[in-house]
Amino acid sequence: MSSAWKVDRQSFEEIYEGSIEPGKEPKKLFRQALEGTIVALSYAEILLNKAIKDYGEDLKIGYGGETAYFIPAIRALSGDEITTLGECVPILNKMRDLVKSDLTLENALQWGESTIHAAEIIEAVRYATGGHESLPLPWTGFISDTYVRKWGIKHVDWTIPGEVVIVGRFRTSEDAIRIVNKLVQKGFMLFLVDEVIEQLMEQGYKFDIDAWPVYPLGNFTQIIHAVNYALRASSIFPGIPAGDSFNHRNYQRDRILVFVMALGERDIVKAAASFAAIYLGFPIIVDQPLDEDEIWPDWYFSVDDYDEMMQEGIEVRGIKITAIEIDVPIVHGPAFEGEAIRRAEMYVEFGGGRSTACELVNMVDSDDITDGKIEIIGPDIADMEEGKAYPMGILIKVYGRKFQSDFEPVLERRIHYFMNYGEGVWHMGQRDQNWMRISKGAQAAGFTLNDLGKIMYGYFKKEYAAIVDRLEIQLITDQAAVEKLLDEAHAKYQSRDDRLETLRDEAVDEFYTCTLCQSFAPTHICFVSPERTGLCGAVSWLDAKATYEIDPVGVCQPIDITEKNIIDKEKGEWSSINTEAAARTQGKTTEVCLYTMMDRPMTTCGCCECILAMLPECNGFMVTTREHKGMTPIGMTFSTLAGMVGGGNQTPGFIGLGRLYIVSRKFLPADGGLGRMVWMPKELKDQLADQLNERGKEEGFGDNFADMIADETVGEDPDSIMAFLEEKGHPALKMDPLM
Amino acid sequence: MPRFLDTSLQNSKPAVERKNRKKNAKDFKNRTNDPAALEMLKFTTENNIITAFDRWSAQQPQCAFGYQGICCRICFAGPCRVKGLEGPGSMGICGAKDYTIVARNAIRMMAGGASAHSDHGREIVEVLYHMSEGKAPDYEIRDADKLHRVAKKIGLELEGKTDLELAKEVALEAFADFGRHTNDHATFLKTALCEKRIKKFEETDVFPRAIDREVVEVMHRTHVGVDADPVNIIFGGIKCSLADLTGEQLSTDISDILFGTPKPVLSEANLGVIDPEKVNIILHGHNPVLSQMVVDTAKDMEEEAKAAGAAGIQLSGICCTGNEVLMRNGVPIATSYMAQELAIATGAIDVMCVDVQCIMPGLRNVCECFGTKLATTMSISKIPGSYHFSFEDTKAKKSAEAIIRLAIDTFKERKEAGRPTQVPQVKSKLMAGFSLEALMDLFAAINPDNPIKVLTDAIDAGEISGVCALAGCNNLEAEYEVSHTTIIKEMAKNNVFMVGTGCVMQAAGKQGLLNYDAVEEYAGPGLKAFIDRLYDANKDKLPDKLPLAFHMGSCVDNSRIFNLWTAMANEYGVDVPKVPFVATAPEGMSEKAVAIGTWVIANGIPCHVGAMPPLEGSNLVWSVVTCIAHDVFGGNFILETDPQVAAQKLLAAIEYRADKLRIHRKVAEEYGTELCQAF
Repeated sequence: MSSAWKVDRQSFEEIYEGSIEPGKEPKKLFRQALEGTIVALSYAEILLNKAIKDYGEDLKIGYGGETAYFIPAIRALSGDEITTLGECVPILNKMRDLVKSDLTLENALQWGESTIHAAEIIEAVRYATGGHESLPLPWTGFISDTYVRKWGIKHVDWTIPGEVVIVGRFRTSEDAIRIVNKLVQKGFMLFLVDEVIEQLMEQGYKFDIDAWPVYPLGNFTQIIHAVNYALRASSIFPGIPAGDSFNHRNYQRDRILVFVMALGERDIVKAAASFAAIYLGFPIIVDQPLDEDEIWPDWYFSVDDYDEMMQEGIEVRGIKITAIEIDVPIVHGPAFEGEAIRRAEMYVEFGGGRSTACELVNMVDSDDITDGKIEIIGPDIADMEEGKAYPMGILIKVYGRKFQSDFEPVLERRIHYFMNYGEGVWHMGQRDQNWMRISKGAQAAGFTLNDLGKIMYGYFKKEYAAIVDRLEIQLITDQAAVEKLLDEAHAKYQSRDDRLETLRDEAVDEFYTCTLCQSFAPTHICFVSPERTGLCGAVSWLDAKATYEIDPVGVCQPIDITEKNIIDKEKGEWSSINTEAAARTQGKTTEVCLYTMMDRPMTTCGCCECILAMLPECNGFMVTTREHKGMTPIGMTFSTLAGMVGGGNQTPGFIGLGRLYIVSRKFLPADGGLGRMVWMPKELKDQLADQLNERGKEEGFGDNFADMIADETVGEDPDSIMAFLEEKGHPALKMDPLM
Repeated sequence: MPRFLDTSLQNSKPAVERKNRKKNAKDFKNRTNDPAALEMLKFTTENNIITAFDRWSAQQPQCAFGYQGICCRICFAGPCRVKGLEGPGSMGICGAKDYTIVARNAIRMMAGGASAHSDHGREIVEVLYHMSEGKAPDYEIRDADKLHRVAKKIGLELEGKTDLELAKEVALEAFADFGRHTNDHATFLKTALCEKRIKKFEETDVFPRAIDREVVEVMHRTHVGVDADPVNIIFGGIKCSLADLTGEQLSTDISDILFGTPKPVLSEANLGVIDPEKVNIILHGHNPVLSQMVVDTAKDMEEEAKAAGAAGIQLSGICCTGNEVLMRNGVPIATSYMAQELAIATGAIDVMCVDVQCIMPGLRNVCECFGTKLATTMSISKIPGSYHFSFEDTKAKKSAEAIIRLAIDTFKERKEAGRPTQVPQVKSKLMAGFSLEALMDLFAAINPDNPIKVLTDAIDAGEISGVCALAGCNNLEAEYEVSHTTIIKEMAKNNVFMVGTGCVMQAAGKQGLLNYDAVEEYAGPGLKAFIDRLYDANKDKLPDKLPLAFHMGSCVDNSRIFNLWTAMANEYGVDVPKVPFVATAPEGMSEKAVAIGTWVIANGIPCHVGAMPPLEGSNLVWSVVTCIAHDVFGGNFILETDPQVAAQKLLAAIEYRADKLRIHRKVAEEYGTELCQAF
């Protein structure tokens, strides 16, 4: 069963049908929007033509290289790939021309489209001419493609159930922080414009868009950066072509579940901006009283109470909240996963070399477990001294009729995420290398280890209900008891490592599909093998297997890769995989080779961690990461590359991949494997150094293969890299020519 | 975008709807809180002497189309008026919609204002130029330091030049700001702005080139069938209003060079300053080139007056020429614009000498009743039945003598005829003379290295909450001077440091708000402490304790206020919209006020106007000037006829800016970043 996003309407205007009773058009609202559109277009025209006068029509525009999608909202809706100031003129003129002054719904939607163009031109001009007010962190202004992609994966599985744009100012900053925290806890992505940002700052809210996408965009026309973000999502994930405004709007309406909270005094430009949102299928809720002819039911209406406003927004968009309620004194949810606790904020810590610690998931018999039991062995947080390190053993006992011992490490890795979900709880590492901190704030709120157990229990039961029937947690802070657990754990880790060592592509009969992204990127498909994770880096073969057990008709389906289905063993082509690809990409991709990127490679979606590309001049491959903003030897940044190869396309010579696939033994063996790797960002090289060296040794490249790989400190062009590779005697230079 | 910390005030609509604004036409003689004016109004109504108050009453109800700005008389196919929101009647004959008509009318007012201020400036530049060529022997350079500072500021080389040579170069630069034919920026404006405002004005295409050119451009733009785009029209108006600011800046700079930069001075205000036993001359209008000459010459003619039986010569002022001679010479203030006829009705005025602007034609009728001679002096400003002394800067002193002699003769006539006088015994002590230099001198006694920091530190420490500029006219739409005094007292109570110019400061002076007694009575504890602190540091130099509000001069001297907020912005390292500074014209009336208000908001300062300008007829224009202007420029109009509500909004706007600056500073520290420049 495909979970792919599909369009189910003939005309976009169907979504507004029936919302206005004939004769009851909100004329006053329409008039405000018309006048606001006139103001927006006129202002855009003044700024644009002045900029042309001062800087010339050839001045480059495009948000300083932060996007591969030109001026993204205009590109998506109009199809124009603008690169200079001069090219904005005909588009703006067209948008002015389309504004008709009769106060009708049809015209009002056009004003919305025109306003999007006006605002995007205003912002693009200001970025290009430095007229843009300098917005230091934490304000974002335009948001780079990196973040659109980074957070894509959270949309995929509905961890992010929707997006809320908040414009203006709450009545009090206490209201602001309360509502924003509630929305974040429900998992919403937030775009903030105007003084709600200062209100949150006043309340000490920590903006960290690497931890969770709460974007403080800026003021006024900077609201367009929420729109160009959304329209990049529809360009990136489902790969909707530039100018296909019908499908861009459908995707916005159906898949990017946005509603807008417009707070404080309304003015005509805000009214025009509201129609820009409505044009994309996003309703507006205001906190101001409205006259009868200013209300458009379900699309533009007033709710005075902020909690009710939030609830109405969720209901009017039909957003399903996946967040769960757990009775603990701290907030929790995926939004808090990225939070760090610095030493100064820490109350106590566990492990991390400072004390004995380990974590273990153990499959047990039904008799040895009491579902929901949480046991604390040793002192609890309240009995601990501030600033000290204490031992910590985490034992999670699991029983399930469908549970297999192979799933133990899958669940064990989730400890990291679920613990981090608690605000004021921080976890890193795994097994006996784990390290945890509890913040002073959590301690002050009365947080106990039992609460920590409740959070983990809650999330395990929510996400693994299909395979976990019973779950019991022991949190051990008694030194002797932790040491005892550690002995048990070591034995278990060893047996798992032995099992993983045997877990090779050749050793299994089934690979898995992963089409989790298809709710978002409908034509992309990953094939997950024991030695190749999904390109998002988040789905291993064991994960896929567990996912299949959880939902046998879901996104991870087993594929028979036994002998009978092999077409080309070297390139990794199986008939069974081809059949599955065709069936699950709406026929877009019919043949896939797993072990090469030169011939019908795997498709690339929008969320890949890395992109690999061939570098013919060096007879090898280069790879760059989403985090690496710099240039690469093939003359394209990650953003540009992703814009070119993403969106569920097969592009020979380029693939998206997860970071760890680089050090897999099945890293593109048909193309020469790891020995082809000639360049990568230093950060990635540092992360993988040990594994690169180990794999290099296996391949016979000496002890320090990592040092043979060039990075940006060596150079960003093939010539300087070549000299380096020759000096190091890089194996790629001795391989057969790539082309 | 929100503009007030308290969101309950966040409503650009005035507290009282147009149709409910109280205008009790019958009770016009109580339409003020000035005791002297009340006494005179009783007298004039009893004696059937018609003044502005009677005429205001007779004009009620005023035309609603004109009041809302939707009457168009730009061509004579009209007049047209906007009769509704839809259909052919919603437009002029040419098809101009409400927003085009309202915007055009408004910017024509700006052009009028810019013309007035700047032509005033041109007269002064001409004097400087003629003086530098030796053709205006009655004038001299009284502040050579200022000449040097101004020359340096506008980029002139000082080395090896005599003061006269330098004066000539300054004059030529100023002339160039009137009639430049290139697209270069106006010098006197560009050299006074902070960098971020220059960038803002360039990016939005509102930087003026030359004053005359921008005025002409507005007249062209608004001619029948030219600009119909309301935003384009308003931006054209902003450019013209910035030309107005250019004219004001050069007027102030050159007036100070010629007549001296004001220093703190004591004086008095209200009709009680008129002494029936003296030769009374009122100086009314705006330009100091003649009034200063009369002040200087009067000293020499004191004996001549005494010989005629007078106790001496009593000069007093009305409107901004009165402010000019108050600031530099301590000449007392008789009254302000709306009561100018009431001054004549005291019967004790021998000559009212007028130059330009805000001179009511109605004066002459009142003069007829009391034998007062009305003397006009400028070729563009004459009144039937008045004496006209054609002023030439080449023989300025001669004109001044003739006017004073006319006054002495009239005094004799008055005494001989035994004409009665009725002078209300109402006057208040005041201190004025606070040029920017004088203010900085006060601050320098506390912080000699960085005087402006005394003011910004006091705001940061919460001693004072911010600064409010008081400016503008009189307008009987409000009760005469009630809005002024209400707002000043509210600001004082809430620790707002006040500076001001124009008729509002004459109201303040008359009503006893420009002296230390007012500090004791009305200032909040922080403001009082700040004013006391300033005084304590400057005791030796000052003639008395400091006042509640600081009088900075005439309406062209709003440039001094502009220089003050620019200095604060530079000290904070921010653009103007982040400075806790607001402005109010509680009784705005003239076209000059429209121009000033517009450049105030373009500079990024919220500006309250307490009498409703003709903008209510277009929702678009209203929304742009009261809301969207803030998003673009950082300032916006607060159009509010209720002075209590207005005061709350002004305070909330100051609070909002101070708060935002505080939060942005906190965040810059937390994140280790530069201060956010967004507003």
